Amino acid sequence: MKLLTRRAWALTAAGLSATLVLTACGNDAEGAGGEGGDGDVTITMLPKNLGNPYFDTSTAGAEEAAEEVGASLQEVGPQEASPDAQVQYINTAAQQGASALVVSANDPTAICDALNEARDAGTQVVTFDSDTEADCRDLFVNQATAEGIAKVQIDLIADQIGDAGEIAILSASANATNQNAWIEMMEAELEANHPDIELVDVVYGDDDDQTSFDKTAALLQSHPDLKGIISPTTVGIAAAARYLSESDKKGKVALTGLGTPNQMREYVENGTVEAFALWNPEDLGYLAAMAANALAAGEIEGEPGDTFEAGRLGEYTVEDDGSVLLGDPFVFNADNIADFDF
Amino acid sequence: MSETSTRPASSPPEHAHEEIRLVAPSRQSPAVRAFNTVVRSREMSILLVLVLLVAAATAKNPSFLFSGNGWRDLLLTPSILLLLAAGQAVVIITRNVDLSVGSVLAVTAYLTGRLFIDFPGIPIVVVALAGLAVGGVLGLVNGLLVSLGRVPALVITLGTMYIYRGLVLTWAGSDRINASDLPRGFLRLGTQSVLGIPVLFVVAVVVVAAVGYYLHAHRGGRELYAIGSDPDAAVLYGLPVRRRVLAAFVLSGALAGLAGVVHAARYGTVSSGAGTGIELEAVAAVVIGGVAIFGGSGTVWGAAIGAMLLVTIDRALPILGIPDFWQRAVVGVLIISAIVLDRVLSARRTRKLIEAREQS
Repeated sequence: MKLLTRRAWALTAAGLSATLVLTACGNDAEGAGGEGGDGDVTITMLPKNLGNPYFDTSTAGAEEAAEEVGASLQEVGPQEASPDAQVQYINTAAQQGASALVVSANDPTAICDALNEARDAGTQVVTFDSDTEADCRDLFVNQATAEGIAKVQIDLIADQIGDAGEIAILSASANATNQNAWIEMMEAELEANHPDIELVDVVYGDDDDQTSFDKTAALLQSHPDLKGIISPTTVGIAAAARYLSESDKKGKVALTGLGTPNQMREYVENGTVEAFALWNPEDLGYLAAMAANALAAGEIEGEPGDTFEAGRLGEYTVEDDGSVLLGDPFVFNADNIADFDF
Repeated sequence: MSETSTRPASSPPEHAHEEIRLVAPSRQSPAVRAFNTVVRSREMSILLVLVLLVAAATAKNPSFLFSGNGWRDLLLTPSILLLLAAGQAVVIITRNVDLSVGSVLAVTAYLTGRLFIDFPGIPIVVVALAGLAVGGVLGLVNGLLVSLGRVPALVITLGTMYIYRGLVLTWAGSDRINASDLPRGFLRLGTQSVLGIPVLFVVAVVVVAAVGYYLHAHRGGRELYAIGSDPDAAVLYGLPVRRRVLAAFVLSGALAGLAGVVHAARYGTVSSGAGTGIELEAVAAVVIGGVAIFGGSGTVWGAAIGAMLLVTIDRALPILGIPDFWQRAVVGVLIISAIVLDRVLSARRTRKLIEAREQS
């Protein structure tokens, strides 16, 4: 009797959940179809984490693009840039039937399953800034080639330390996709063209002000002969600049990397930092949203050779690896930093 | 007292010394007692580890201690954790825990930035007091829920940890305070020294000394230990348990609030994620410093040395050539050994006390 009751309950429960799942699927399909038909594109923007001025700027660019093409755009994201924190936001976007998801991946593989489920539900996936494995997204909007970014930072540091001496790298988290790719390229570039520069350490500040700050202190401490630091992350370079500007190594240890003008302004003006590089994240967000819109509207498939019009940035072509390249990195210094506000 | 006369007063055997120390400490001279207390204390062994660590790092790289920056960073970097550990120690001594301190720190760190932006020219003292007050209010909420609601502090402060963090997120959004938003004088405070000792460190040490002294010497402080040793007995004895526990949480909140102001001065950048995870560091510092996690024993001074050790390990291990990834493991080993040591010592003490009682 007891067994029977249990089984009956189990069957009922199974039946109910199946109904729920089926209903949910039906709703999703209808939602996505309806929106596609109306040309009413909804884009969900999912940066690595919120509270990061770099992604604030890229989202501003994406909003500008969305306004121009008449799409609606929504930004969601986790507090911390940890590998699997983005999964829940991807699931939600898929359930809401967003026509496109623009995401900067915290981890190349950890969010792959979630992204593919979203794509199965009809959401177009565009990665920007930090890519996933190529089979988890429809398009990657590349801010610059890894070679270009690595080269500009090595060129800057070589120029600032006289092409000889010890340097170290202050990176983001140890599993950050693009930072790791850049570091590899930098090592190759150093070996090939700058034999007198020695990379003595790579430390990780986890894109956290406090950690990056303390790691900078530790770097200067453990390498007394250090001539320069490269920090290929906006949070890292600002924290390192803050530490350097108040230490007795100010002006003796060069600092460069990727930073935003607003965060670095004070340190460029007080002489702690000579020059640093970046692309324009606003343009990057703008291009990513334009690409997402083109995909959602069916103008492109994301196949190599597809071309689309990206508003004020002009025409772009999808390259062989399913990516779109924004352009060359930009170098900021005391002469031009006043022209920028992001 | 009659046993005293049966024993020869001159040259007592070795075990008698030990016995007197355990059974009737007041028969020793005050100097001997003070010496014994200090040398045998848990604080001393942790201080020794700290000194050895600094010595090893300095031997490997003299600038760890003997450069202007090295000396400054040695004292300045632990300042924030010192404040949090002092508050946390008081709470843990009452057999509670406060997990919300990291979020409280974020609230007041962001508040500090906002005050400087919205009220240009506001005196630094006013901002520090505002930090203390707001932290105290947030601590009061914790204390009320724990002491009146009679819900375990672990659960309550876990909840408020998320609530307070949510508060900062809603308030700050993706906005962040940059160094250029803060007045120069305030930022300079983050590195300023008086007679070679950083101002922020002086602030932290004064707080630790005051709280430690209160717990050591005042009635209210001793009652906190009694409450932590046996809460039920404390109620039966008629101690104001609720009021004391409430006060402990207010203190912890206020110190976390002050730590937020210090955080803003030190790091110059405040985002909504400030201080994430630092609550566990504070608990770790307290445990390493010899405060029993189930309350009733340990000192704020021990917790402060634990905090210094925890922060200094982070800075010293890279110099000793231990890679980044292993540093957390080392901290874990320290915590576990602190607790194991705790158990071993207390078992030994019990055994010795029983032996001494039987012999006398």
